[in-house]
Amino acid sequence: RTVEPLEYYRRFLKENCRPDGRELGEFRTTTVNIGKCSITTADGSALVKLGNTTVICGVKAELAAPAVDSANKGYIVPNVELPSLCAERFRSGPPGEEAQAASQFIADVIENSQMIVKEDLCIANGKLAWVLYCDIICLDYDGNLLDASVFALLAALKNVQLPLVTINEETGLSEVNLKQKNPLIIRKHPVATSFAIFDDTLLIVDPTAEEEDLATGTVTIVTDEEGRLCSVHKPGGSPLTGAKLQDCITRAITRHKEVKKLIDKVIKSLTTK
Amino acid sequence: PGDTSVLAGLYGPAEAKVSKELPDRAALEVLLRPKVGLPGVLERSREQLLRQTCEAVVLGVLHPRTAISLVLQVLSDAGSLLSCCLNAACMALLDAGLPLTALFCGVTCALQPDGTILLDPTARQEQEARAILTFAIASSERKVLMATTKGSCSVEEMQQCLAAAQRAATTIFQFYRNSVRRRYSK
Repeated sequence: RTVEPLEYYRRFLKENCRPDGRELGEFRTTTVNIGKCSITTADGSALVKLGNTTVICGVKAELAAPAVDSANKGYIVPNVELPSLCAERFRSGPPGEEAQAASQFIADVIENSQMIVKEDLCIANGKLAWVLYCDIICLDYDGNLLDASVFALLAALKNVQLPLVTINEETGLSEVNLKQKNPLIIRKHPVATSFAIFDDTLLIVDPTAEEEDLATGTVTIVTDEEGRLCSVHKPGGSPLTGAKLQDCITRAITRHKEVKKLIDKVIKSLTTK
Repeated sequence: PGDTSVLAGLYGPAEAKVSKELPDRAALEVLLRPKVGLPGVLERSREQLLRQTCEAVVLGVLHPRTAISLVLQVLSDAGSLLSCCLNAACMALLDAGLPLTALFCGVTCALQPDGTILLDPTARQEQEARAILTFAIASSERKVLMATTKGSCSVEEMQQCLAAAQRAATTIFQFYRNSVRRRYSK
């Protein structure tokens, strides 16, 4: 297994299964932990485990003046961090290419899916708006970072409660009412599904770190609940035919339904507690 | 295409630093410099897309422990920037004479709010569009090498854009052939 990892994998793939016992189209067990159990100082937080890959997301809301050219829009700033404790190949220091590319990807997903409409974050036109700093930190990297991050972000945002802010007309200062909290308005629920391509033909779902290293390419598809594609991310790698891409999309839509059910179940259990 | 222009410079295969070299293949590095400002997170993700696309076509195993550097400088941006970078990168690889398994070309499709598909949109059209899809199509069997979307679209729309992009790829490959012919027939 350590000397000829590719051959070892090929033998399993011929039998249409993988070394950890999964089928080619099967995901690892997903567990999600939302709310006060994760980060108490954040306004919203969630911890997601996709097999061994552990990702935690904390959302902090702060006030700022909106930009001059978009006076009625707030900001969402996602930041993905891959600290050196999560995998031996990441060193400490400025964010590496993978972390930056992941941050850009998450920002694109939020923008494309219109998950949070920036106009909802505005409190007073041109004067005050919310800024949501979303910090996504990977605690254990075992492949499929993008799926887990998108999931953690979604779960954390659902948990965020924003206090009501009013602007005092006379003084022009803002007053924060911590007692009255409203949940964030989330319009769409995007879910990411990642595939790894082997030898130009085989597609496997939810790759582990080992599988990602051996794969010749990766594809990530983000769908929302109406079956619309929010993002297709295929950074190079082996060429795929249109039909194969279509297979991935169908699988991604099925996965979306499973994940949505899981999130709804967890949220319901939180609110009834 | 149009007013968007990108200058590509390719250096390699050259000796790689010990920390960067890979034992069995060439290490590819892509640097994208925007017209104004320092490279930021957006450039980084674009560099990663370009790098993995090039890694798929360049036969790195023929030049192990070397480094191939591709530097792209954006001269002007009037829409369809990413596909312009892809085309510039491929032509640079061709010009340098590096061994490639296939050629690739970048095509951008914009989905307008009324559903019509527009190829190679200008900056104005990109802003008005509902979704922008960029594909890198390989010359062998027109397979998809790289795909990126901005904005949401339905699955059928994506397939239509993909088919349109594959048709357009033929025109772009013809342009490659003409340019190379002109260069080498002097």
